[in-house]
Order: sequence, then C-alpha cells, then structure tokens
Amino acid sequence: MRSFTYERATDAVAAARAVAQRPGAKFLAGGTNLLDLMKLEIETPTHLVDVQDLGFDKIEKTGDGGLRIGALVTNTDLAADTRVRRDYGVLSRAILAGASGQLRNKASTAGNLLQRTRCPYFYDTNMACNKRKPGDGCAAIGGYSRQLGVIGVSSSCIATFPGDMAVAMRVLDAVIETVDAGGQRRSIPIADFHRLWGDHPEQDTSLRAGELITAVVLPKPLGGQHFYEKVRDRASYAYALVSVAAVIQRDGSGRVAFGGVAPKPWRVEEAEALLPQGAEAVTARAFHGATPTKDNAFKLPLATRALAAVLAQAGTPAQKKG
Amino acid sequence: MKFDTPAGTNPIDAMKVVGRAHDRIDGPLKTSGRAPYAYEHHEVAGNQAYGYVVGAAVAKGRIRTLDTAAAKAAPGVIAVVTAADAGKLGKGKYNTVKLFGGPEVDHYHQAIALVVAETFEQARAAAALVRVDYARTSGRFDLDSALKTAPLTAGDSGEGSGAPPVDRTGAFEQAFAAAPVKLDQRYTTPDHSHAMMEPFASLATWEGDELTVWTSNQMIDWGRGDLATTLNMPKEKVRLISPYVGGGFGGKLFLRADAVLAALGARAAGRPVKVALTRPQMANNATHRPATRQRIRIGAMPDGTITAIAHESGSGDQPGGGPETAVNQTKLLYAGKNRLTAMRLAVLDLPEGNAMRAPGEAPGMMALEIAIDEMAEQLKLDPVDFRIRNDTMVDPEKPDRRFSERQLVRCLREGAQRFGWSRRNATPAQVRDGRWLVGMGVASAFRNHINYPSGARVRLGRDGRVTVETDMTDIGTGSYTIIAQTAAEMMGVPMEQVSVKLGDSAFPVSAGSGGQFGAANATAGVYAACVKLREAVAQRVGVNSADPRFADGKVVVGNRSVPLAKAAAQGELIGEDKIEYGELDKTWQLSTFGAHFVEVGVDSYTGATRLRRMLAVCAAGRIINPKSARSQVIGAMTMGVGSALMEELAVDTRFGLFINHDLATYEVPVHADIPHQDVVFLDESDDKANPMKAKGVGELGLCGVGAAVANAIYNATGVRVRDYPVTLDKHLSQLPALV
Repeated sequence: MRSFTYERATDAVAAARAVAQRPGAKFLAGGTNLLDLMKLEIETPTHLVDVQDLGFDKIEKTGDGGLRIGALVTNTDLAADTRVRRDYGVLSRAILAGASGQLRNKASTAGNLLQRTRCPYFYDTNMACNKRKPGDGCAAIGGYSRQLGVIGVSSSCIATFPGDMAVAMRVLDAVIETVDAGGQRRSIPIADFHRLWGDHPEQDTSLRAGELITAVVLPKPLGGQHFYEKVRDRASYAYALVSVAAVIQRDGSGRVAFGGVAPKPWRVEEAEALLPQGAEAVTARAFHGATPTKDNAFKLPLATRALAAVLAQAGTPAQKKG
Repeated sequence: MKFDTPAGTNPIDAMKVVGRAHDRIDGPLKTSGRAPYAYEHHEVAGNQAYGYVVGAAVAKGRIRTLDTAAAKAAPGVIAVVTAADAGKLGKGKYNTVKLFGGPEVDHYHQAIALVVAETFEQARAAAALVRVDYARTSGRFDLDSALKTAPLTAGDSGEGSGAPPVDRTGAFEQAFAAAPVKLDQRYTTPDHSHAMMEPFASLATWEGDELTVWTSNQMIDWGRGDLATTLNMPKEKVRLISPYVGGGFGGKLFLRADAVLAALGARAAGRPVKVALTRPQMANNATHRPATRQRIRIGAMPDGTITAIAHESGSGDQPGGGPETAVNQTKLLYAGKNRLTAMRLAVLDLPEGNAMRAPGEAPGMMALEIAIDEMAEQLKLDPVDFRIRNDTMVDPEKPDRRFSERQLVRCLREGAQRFGWSRRNATPAQVRDGRWLVGMGVASAFRNHINYPSGARVRLGRDGRVTVETDMTDIGTGSYTIIAQTAAEMMGVPMEQVSVKLGDSAFPVSAGSGGQFGAANATAGVYAACVKLREAVAQRVGVNSADPRFADGKVVVGNRSVPLAKAAAQGELIGEDKIEYGELDKTWQLSTFGAHFVEVGVDSYTGATRLRRMLAVCAAGRIINPKSARSQVIGAMTMGVGSALMEELAVDTRFGLFINHDLATYEVPVHADIPHQDVVFLDESDDKANPMKAKGVGELGLCGVGAAVANAIYNATGVRVRDYPVTLDKHLSQLPALV
C-alpha cells in the first residue's frame, strides 16, 4: 500500500472538486473493495476523499412512483427496505445473493456499482493487465479464464463486471445520478454506465474525473414476478459463474439481464422479445457473437438453462414451449 | 517405555475421564482472544519490528540485479535482507526447495527478500520498492506433458507411510486379461492448497547466539532441527515455541520461509522481528498437495470377487521432491490375489508439493472409491455389498499379517442402515425432488495408523496439581484436552487439576501433529511419563510392593490412602519418559476404517451440486474424546466436500504459477454448503497400537468422502465425472434435457 492523504468531505460538490483537481485522487465510501485493492497495490490512489458524511443515505419516493436510493445506502439496508422487497424483488434478491452479511453492512450502493473485476490476473501485479496498467497486455487471454467474459470482451481484456446488484438494476432500467466538480448534475441510464472494454479496459464506467454518484433512481415498479438466479460452485459467498435477473409478466413477456458473462450487466432488449419462445431463443439472440474461451464456453448453455429455470418457476406460457 | 507386546489391562481402561466427551480446556482462552497465535505474542519481546516478504515475480530464472536502495530509503525501514546478505544458508531435511531464493529462482513467490520496518504498513510499502531484474527461463509446468517421460519412483508421504516404485503380488496382467468383468479407467485430482485460517507467521528474537522463534508449526522438533540446519547453528541454540496453531493441514509440518526470514531479519535489524505471509503469497510460496493422474484397473468374477487390482499414479514435484503416494490404500483395502501398484514422478518447476492432510490416501481414495462404484455397477452389485464381498482381514500382499482391528464391514453395514441406503435407487437419474436430481453415494474410508515415539514430562506440584509438558502441538485438533484427560485418568485427579503446556522445544520431544498420528502417540507418551510419575509417588509414600491405585486425588494401597498433594509436600515429583515401539506394527497391520454416505442434489437446470446430508461411521481404536474426535471428522468431511466440488489450484502453464491464489478464487466450502453431518464411532480398542489402545482419526474422516460425493452425483445424474472437482461444467452438457 502506498502512502496517501485523506480528507473527509462535508459537501458533495467540494468532494467532486477535490477528486477532480488532484491526479490520483479517489472517493472512499464503504471501502470494501478499494481498501483491499490498495493493500495489494492494484489501486494506488494518492488522496482519498471520504464521502460517508454526505448524507446520501436515504431511500425516498420519487414523483413518478419510483424510488431514489441514496448513493451511501448500504447493501443491507437496500435489500431489507420493504418497498424494495415488495416492488423490486429482483433487486433485493440480487443483493442478498452477493458477498456476505458483514460486507453488505459496509458496502454502499454506489460502491457496489463501481466494484472492480475479479479477474485473477488483475489481482496479481506480476501479470500483465491492461486494466491495471494501460498498454501492459492481457495475461488472462490464453490463461485461466473459467470465470471470465464470454461476450462484449475485447482483445485488450476479457474480464467481467462481477456484481449482482447492478444486474438487477439493469433489468429495472435504473438511472444513476451524479454531480461533478462544477456542480453540474447528470443522469446516466445504467445501460450506459458500465463500459465495454474496447481498447480502454482501464475505464470501467462512463463517469468523468471527479464525478460523484449521489443516487440511483428506480423507475416506477414493473409488477410481474421477480427472479434472481445465481449459479456458482458453492452455495454462498462466491461470484456468479452466470446469473440471471428477470422480471416476467403474466403474459410471458418480460425483461432479462445476465451477470458474470460480460464487462457489464448483459441485457439485449431485442432478445427479450423472444421470451415467449423460451430460454433458448432468448439466449441465442442475447449471446449472438459471443467469444468464449475453452474454459468458459460452458457459460453459454448455462445461461440458457439458468433462464429456463427462471421461466419454469414463472410458470408462464414460455415454460410450456421452452 | 517400550511398547512391544499388546497392551494388557491398564489404568486407562477405567475410562473415567478418557473416552468421555470433554469441552476443549483451551476453549475459553480461544473464544475470548487470550490464546496468542504466532503473530500475537506482543508481550514476549519488546521493540518488535515487522518483516514483509518479497516473493519472486517469475517461476523460473535468475535474478540479474536486485536493487534495494529505494526500499532502504523508504520511511521506517530498518533493514532489507536478501539471500546475498544472509551468508551461506543450509537446507533443512524436510523442505525440498530452499526457503530463501536468489540468485536462482526455483518457483513463483519463492521468498527473495525481506523488508524490515517499524510498522507493517511501512514494510509492505517499502517491499513494493524493491526492484528486481530477472532473466526468466522456461520451466516445466505442465504435469500431463511432464509425466510422459517420468520415471517410476518410490516414495513416502512425508509422514512415514510409503510405497516402492512398483509393487507386485501374483500376476496382475494375466489375471486382469482373464477376468470376466473388467474396469480400466483414469482419474485426475488437481493441486490443492491447505488454505488454513492462520497464515504462516513467526516472531524471532536473538540473545547473543541463541535464537527464540514463536511460530505456527505442527512439528516442533523437525522445525527446530531444520531451522538450525538452515542457519548453520547448533540445534541446542534454537528454541521454537508454538502453543497455538490456527490450522495447518500438513502445510505447517515443516520449517517454512516465515521462520527463516524472521530469524535473518531479527539478526539484521538487531531487534525482534515478526513475519507473516499474506494470503496471496500462501498458495505459491508454501507447499500444496500435488495433482495426480491415476489409472485403476480391476478384474472380477461375476460374483464380485476381485481377482486383479492395479492402481498407478503419476504426480510432479520440484527436483529432489517426492510423489503423491496415491496408491497406498490400494495395497491394503480390498482382497484380490493379483495386485500391482506403481508411481511415477515428474519434475516440475511449480511450487513445492508436499504433505496435505492424508497425503496419498486423500487423492488415492478419491479415485479408487469411484472405481469401486463403477465396478459394482458393472457387476450389478450394490456398492456396499461389493465392498463387503472383497473385505480382507489380512494384508493382501502378505497374507500372514493380520489387521490388528478391522471393522470396515460393520462400518458399511451400520452406515447403510442408519443412512437409509436401502432407499437408494440403483439406477441413476431416477430420483427427483422438484428441480433437483437426487442421488446417494457411498465410499469406504481408510487410513493407516502410524507409530511415532513421543515423550512427555509430568509434574506433580506441592499443591497436588498435575502439569504436563511436551512439545506436542494443538493445531485445532484438541491435543490440550486429550492430554489432560490422559493425565487425569492416570493420576486419578479431576480434569480441573491438570495443566497442559504444549508446543515448546524446551519440553520433551513428542510425535507432533501430522499423519493422524498425533493424538494416539502423544497421549501414549503422556501415559509413559505418568507411569514414571506414579512410581515416583509410590516411592515417596513408601509403597514398593503391589501397584497402587490412583483415584480421587489420592494414591491408594490397600487400606492406606495418601492425598497426592501430601505425597508431593516435601517437593515436586517429576515423571518423564517416552513411548517407543517394537515390532508390533510389522507383525500386525494397524489401520483405521470407516464408511462415508452422502446424499446430494444436482440442479437439473444448472448442474450445480448441493450437499443434502452426510454420515461417517468410523472404527479407529479407542476414541479418547468423542467430542473433539467428532470435530475432526466433520472438519475432514467438509474438506472432502471441498475437494469433491470446488477446490482446485489453477495452474497457468505459461507462467508457472497457481493463479487463483486467494480465498475468493480458491473456493473452500462455506457453512451454506454443509447442511447436515452425522458421525458415529464404533466401539473399538486396539491393544496392538499403544497403551491408550487408540489410533488416529483426523484424516480418516477425509479419506473417501470426495468419492462418496462423486458417486452420489453419478447416482443423481447418470453422468460419471472422473476429473475432480466435479463442477457443473463437467456434466452440464450430458444432463437430462429440460422438459
């Protein structure tokens, strides 16, 4: 861990300015990911701006019947919120499928969105990694890739976004609200929030320097049945090999996004239109153009079967055809 | 005390304390954080500095330059030590690869420098400033290709049990060719990491030329000797202290880099230095259980009688290392006139392979007990019945040697009855519970018992308190408690009147903790010392004739009884001795047996396996403390689930390392994976083993579990997976189609 300076912000715009003005500065919220990465020298910030006192810790109704989730609401509180459990079950289930009770008590909503990949080569600073060090190369390509991405990856990086919460938020079409150093506010649809790696895997998201997440807004409830199907080798405390977040309506239509497969929660709206035709049709479309490795090719049939499990539970017309 | 004839009746047989379930006497200290582990001896030496290990960034090659200038100039840094500064170091007897590398690099994360600073954070930050220029060379990292030219090799497990390179009984090839029913299959097990909770850690202090190291080690005397050898100093000048060990699983049988570097760092810094490995260093700096490639051939008559059995295993290790002795159990477990076992050893430049809990038998049973399941299916026999038909009461290679005790059949029958085995559908993939495919599996459990000399000193204080001193370790197993039970039984005092001091090289040398030989041998050593103390007490109170009785805190002869405190009133009495063994383990085969039963559910959609329930029935001599023995077995069963379902060190054959070197990527079972476990111990006391009539149990619980899980998965799905771990990707494409 490198030496760094630390300040505790009391104002959002000032916090954004503090990070924007200082090369190598970062925000600190729950710290469940950042501090681990600092100990390993994967993250080497020069300055930390602790945002925990900024008060973004409430879940409030929005004017159009949705919910505004403060950036600092803990994963535990968000998953337990009665409105979330009632109207956005997929989100509550996704959060509870991730990490552990202790981590969820500390981890924030914004921090969960910003968690970095779990590619083992990213975690070993002796290995080449474009995400850690732009232009370094990618040791994961041609290496051990069982957990890594099958679609949306690039010749620079085959890592995945590892989270669960964001996959549910993608299905819900959440919007991420930010403020920057100039006091400018911005609303970013979650579809545009996480980036495909392309030639710049060091950039995980579309946030600009110093831009601070203040809230995540959920549009008004979708109704339907909510599912979060997470597949992993052990029963708890493991990242998804594949996960499926889905909201299925009575008529068999619905929305679906996949986790553990791509640099971002993977949702293809055109594929959702095929839900009434069953899982195979949906995943054939959603994963068109996939580039799996020998180690992780199983993720494609696994995604189909995990979605089939969801549709079977939903008991919609899709299940009978699929 | 020389144990060379079967034990007759002795004071342990009273079983007033021994054989009863006791809470750990060290439990309150541990649960309240007052039992100091290696990194927590804050009080024993002032002015402690922190060492941070720099591991090699390449797997094979040579260090061209190692620039420590920036690290030395960093805040708080006291010293930076490299192999070049350390002078010529020896190599211990038990580690294959030198523990301090440079200029040659033998494996990834081999220690090449130690940075010592005022704080841990300063040492870690400065360690990142050590600049190393490597001339990287190619290495041998791929087991399958290395095995193609690997020679036949003899070997032992590092804990005393061994096998020659090829062992033949009868004429295997002819008998196999002639057998009406045959199986010829290959099985693989991956490299495993011990992944114990407490990482390697040591605190070293020098007083003149005398070195004291507080460490975390299973075998104090081995560690002491090897540390002295490594530092080229007399063993008598080294003291090792390891009262509490946060898990070892064989990884801490040997001296490791933390102790060597703490000693060198303390010498360079001129003050006490403590060193711990970080979690990401553990997989590659330390040892691991080597991967195996196994082939098993079994020939049988239609009635299920095995006529030919062969087990071959290949593994790899560093130059000078040994094979994983995965064929061992096949020499003894089942009957069959014509037999063959063979081992091959490839040279690899991966980190050092060495003992991990039940070395040999753990991966060997994972293969053999699938093969037995497959053979039973071919024969259309119930796998419990097939095993019973091939039971043997003698060593199949040397039929004049009998097993001292062998209750395998009873374990299988009792287990089958308790588990409800008769409800198993022998045709796979028939049982459903909602979306789950449900299956049951069985496997035998087998692990040899090993005799090791073990010493102890027992003091009777003037207050009547009994204090046991031995360098035996408690690696979470419950040694403190069973030693107290033994002394309490022998001296006729309540448990509360016994103190136990362990893990200090100033105490008599014990068997140590490994190879499931710790409990039986260490308590037998305490038994021997207590016999001496009883004699001293008898002499003091003036009894020379018949054996006095020790009960209720008194020594009793006829009508006369003297309280122990009174006997020692004039001065402390001491008994010191060790147990040593004659030839009984050559005349008799000393082994432990069991049966594992497992029920799993396999998700018919995703292929993910989730355990439903497990049962182990064990016969392993007298069980000294049923409570801690049960803990050992359920822990071992859990470890077996890990090896069956998830544990695998992933080898990157390009760079020569285990790339999943943390607990997020090297998965071991969590609570949610283990919903239900039962353990039953059969009554047994083995008078050929030792005066305690006890044998080991800590590894028995692991041997066979993995195969029982794999067999249950097969019963659930109808898809046979022979490559561990049985992860969903290995059977997903063959699962029943979705309806």
